[in-house]
Amino acid sequence: MSGYALTGTGALYRLALRRDRIALPVWVYVGTGMIASTAFSFRKLYGDEASRRTFAAGIDGNGSLRALYGPIFDGSTIGGLTAWRMGVFGAVLAALMSTLLVVRHTRAEEEDGRFELIGAGAVGRRAPLTAALATALTANAALAALVTVVLLAAGQALAGALAFGLALGATGVFFAALAAVTAQVAETGRAANGLAGAAIGLAFVLRAVGDSGSGAGWASWLSPIGWSEQVRPFAGDRWWVLALPLGGAALLTALARALVEHRDLGAGMLPQRPGPAAAAPGLADAAALARRLQRGALLGWALAFAAGGAVFGSVAKGVVDLVGDNRQMADLMARLGGQQGVLNAYLSTIAGVFGMIAAVYAVQSVLRLRAEESSGRAEPVLAGAVSRLRWAGGHLLFPLLGTAVLLAVAGATAGLAQGAALGGGTGDAVGRMLGGTLVQLPAVWLTAAVALAVYGLLPRWTAAGWAGYGMFVLVAWLGPILQLPQWVLDLSPFTHLPHLPGGAFTAAPLLWTTALAALAALAGLAGLRRRDLG
Amino acid sequence: MTTAISVSGLVKTFGRTRALDGLDLTVEQGEVHGFLGPNGSGKSTTIRVLLGLLRADSGTATLLGGDPWRDAVPLHRRLAYVPGDVTLWRNLSGGEAIDLLGRLRGGLDPTRRAALLERFELDPTKKGRAYSKGNRQKVALVAAFAGDTDLLILDEPTSGLDPLMEEVFRECVAEARDRGTTVLLSSHILSEVEALCDRVSIIRAGRTVETGTLDDLRHLTRTSVDAVLTGPPPRPDYVHDLTVDGNRLRCQVDTEQLGALLAELTAVGVRSLASRPPTLEELFLRHYENVSDAPSTAAVR
Repeated sequence: MSGYALTGTGALYRLALRRDRIALPVWVYVGTGMIASTAFSFRKLYGDEASRRTFAAGIDGNGSLRALYGPIFDGSTIGGLTAWRMGVFGAVLAALMSTLLVVRHTRAEEEDGRFELIGAGAVGRRAPLTAALATALTANAALAALVTVVLLAAGQALAGALAFGLALGATGVFFAALAAVTAQVAETGRAANGLAGAAIGLAFVLRAVGDSGSGAGWASWLSPIGWSEQVRPFAGDRWWVLALPLGGAALLTALARALVEHRDLGAGMLPQRPGPAAAAPGLADAAALARRLQRGALLGWALAFAAGGAVFGSVAKGVVDLVGDNRQMADLMARLGGQQGVLNAYLSTIAGVFGMIAAVYAVQSVLRLRAEESSGRAEPVLAGAVSRLRWAGGHLLFPLLGTAVLLAVAGATAGLAQGAALGGGTGDAVGRMLGGTLVQLPAVWLTAAVALAVYGLLPRWTAAGWAGYGMFVLVAWLGPILQLPQWVLDLSPFTHLPHLPGGAFTAAPLLWTTALAALAALAGLAGLRRRDLG
Repeated sequence: MTTAISVSGLVKTFGRTRALDGLDLTVEQGEVHGFLGPNGSGKSTTIRVLLGLLRADSGTATLLGGDPWRDAVPLHRRLAYVPGDVTLWRNLSGGEAIDLLGRLRGGLDPTRRAALLERFELDPTKKGRAYSKGNRQKVALVAAFAGDTDLLILDEPTSGLDPLMEEVFRECVAEARDRGTTVLLSSHILSEVEALCDRVSIIRAGRTVETGTLDDLRHLTRTSVDAVLTGPPPRPDYVHDLTVDGNRLRCQVDTEQLGALLAELTAVGVRSLASRPPTLEELFLRHYENVSDAPSTAAVR
């Protein structure tokens, strides 16, 4: 078979590009566009080198910012600042794009049975995988090229621009190869994306620990996202570091190819166990079915939130120590409210990050409705004595309450870890951290409700639910550093939340955000009641 | 008899496609009604309107005396539905899916459930993803037949079943009818329709083109005649597809002209004569193939 293992790769590659002719350019353009606008706004805000150096020194002394964005290796140039500000973000974006792309063209196709049709043609066994990886390589090459071009256009050095573009592209290629492996191991596209997504999360956390300055700098070197930072674009351009993600991608690709040869079409690597012959008495209504379908994902997310809370909570000590060692920094930070103020700034930033990630879960669990509907699985349920509202309600408990569970878990573990690391009242730390994470809920709900409204009113445009999420998060995340006008910042519900712990608590924005969420959700449910299904 | 399903002038459009174009359908209580039509003729759309999943643009539909859109939930307690392409939840076993689907409309008879599993030779412990197409179909069939329902709506329910299981399916439909259940059976398998259905409706391009008992439909159409005569056969102009081979004549004749043809043949002298009513296949093909004359002429004949 080996002589023919790749037959048909070219045709499948063209098919993949054709199917992704909208999605891939959007990913690449959004990523490039954000890097470009960051570079140009830095040029406007910090036009001379002295102001850049001051800005960079202030940032680099702040452990929480380093944990989120990484260290600034050389803040004297616009390119160096841009590479710092967008390095981790760009690497995560490339990783997500590549993961979703590879899984979409491998395991998801197989799960839907379309591979059977393709596999029966003159198509080699490894052709689909190879075509998916080639598509991912194309997308990442385009991203690297465009990033280089826009940084050149912003007047930056060619070597640094190229190093930054390649660092992002190589990270994407690494995660494409990783997704190729998870697509062999897991049996569903959802699970393959989940495994690869967990790996991206782990890579982010590892480098956050390493970069935060808590004396564990080696942790960054365990992370592919850390590697892309360590290329150090505009700060020495260490080309040899690119060998790490590319070599890793080669190894993972070889592994995925070996796995393809050793499994049946449609099967994963994990054995199947028989289930019960009859349903438990509790599995008696649509809500019970929804709980059964969604509980696994919630458990996985809760574990990730618990781990994330523990890691970011324990890093808090490094944040405080760092300031304590540095007189100049301490003076600067004293104006922010002293050590406690620095700690609070860090903790409230972390709480905000958890809120934005919980919103991903919220949107995902809302869109489960669409998956059930378009796969035809909702039809026999709704042909039973089940109203549409009841059916949807069962699923919607997860974005409503599951998000509260996630944020509570992250707040609790972050508080515990922080209490253990810093000493002092653990209970107090837990309580303050819980306040910080739970205050995110209204914004998370509003994000989910926007997705629900799109699903209920414009089912064909359900994916646009992610666009709402993207806008909310990008505005809240990048808006302040880009110094966007206040009315733009106000478009994101995350902008309006009180900064806890530390900030003043005001109930009004929480109440009206919740009210808006309720309105959007009701509009979506009204649409769902009235429209055609299927 | 009262009416279980009554549909008239149903119109449903999807964008520019007119999926249903004034469809009529009447199913009497207690009958097994065959619902026939080529692919894409609107059978599944009609069924999805009857299930309250789609909202019709115009026309009326009444199901068990209620409005299928407004009264969906109470009506669904009294009916069971088997789609033509069953998708199951990957991590639920077949047995769990059967129980769940049954409970969603008010419960199953456990004895009948066990008997049906045996008759359909279905292993209920497999997970949804492990079932073949035929076995997924069986999951939905067991869930439908194991409950006490007034109405069964079956949309090409036997796709993927092997001939033995097809036989079991026919027995189950017959038993359901004996219990008094009304059955709407959309199907392409003509032998199945012929064996099970009291009446049939044939639809095309979203419109009903024939409805009635199989005998009625046969009566409305042509009979094949194959005769060997003692002399040269006549060549009447009212017959169709006439072939003459020496003294042998083969043709098709409309039922009302059958008497006239026989008179002409006996006038020549008949050595052997075979006449055959049209098979359901022929009936079908006539409706499926003749695009131009189907709706109008069929109604007249």
